[in-house]
Amino acid sequence: MKDQIRAIIREHARLSVDAAQLNDQASLYQAGLTSHASVNLMLALEDAFAIEFPERMLRRRTFESIDTIWAAIEELTGRSPSTV
Amino acid sequence: MIVGGDLVRVRDIAESISRFGDRYTRRVFTEGEIRYCEQHPQLTVERFAARFAAKEATMKALRPSATDGVAWQSIEVQATVDGWCEIVLHGAAAALAQRRGIDWLTLTMSHEHEYATATVVAGCTAE
Repeated sequence: MKDQIRAIIREHARLSVDAAQLNDQASLYQAGLTSHASVNLMLALEDAFAIEFPERMLRRRTFESIDTIWAAIEELTGRSPSTV
Repeated sequence: MIVGGDLVRVRDIAESISRFGDRYTRRVFTEGEIRYCEQHPQLTVERFAARFAAKEATMKALRPSATDGVAWQSIEVQATVDGWCEIVLHGAAAALAQRRGIDWLTLTMSHEHEYATATVVAGCTAE
């Protein structure tokens, strides 16, 4: 569920804009996501979706946007994040 | 030569440790780094902050692409016997450095109560 991802971004990503205003393709880095905030975001996503991002996913592109995060979670769970 | 630098707010590290505990430190830092940082409780968070800054400064020097996966623990700050610190690369970070032709890195770090900073210079011996 992208709304859940958006809510986690809102709480942990410390963006300079309201995550509610971001479209699914908007760059989180352009919106102010720092490397340290991306660690918090990763850990919060792992908690929420009961996953662990492997090293190959610890790359800038994974956390680029709501869509790319959704795709990563979908790949790790093998199903839609909304069903986790 | 390529230079990377970073500035970290110590409070941000403290908040991450408070929020995520050992999961945070174990995902970002190596066992050796954790052991070193926890030697002096009054300096623990500042030392973690300086090391995070060093890792990010190293990332900036290595210039990974958007698709290069690099774990934070693959960039390690190690203290030398005479008290200085140096960057040691492992795994994906070492492979990335090799691809970039980087065979030496030098590091300087500093930390105070509020902020920690690090600068890394990377280069190739043949330059």
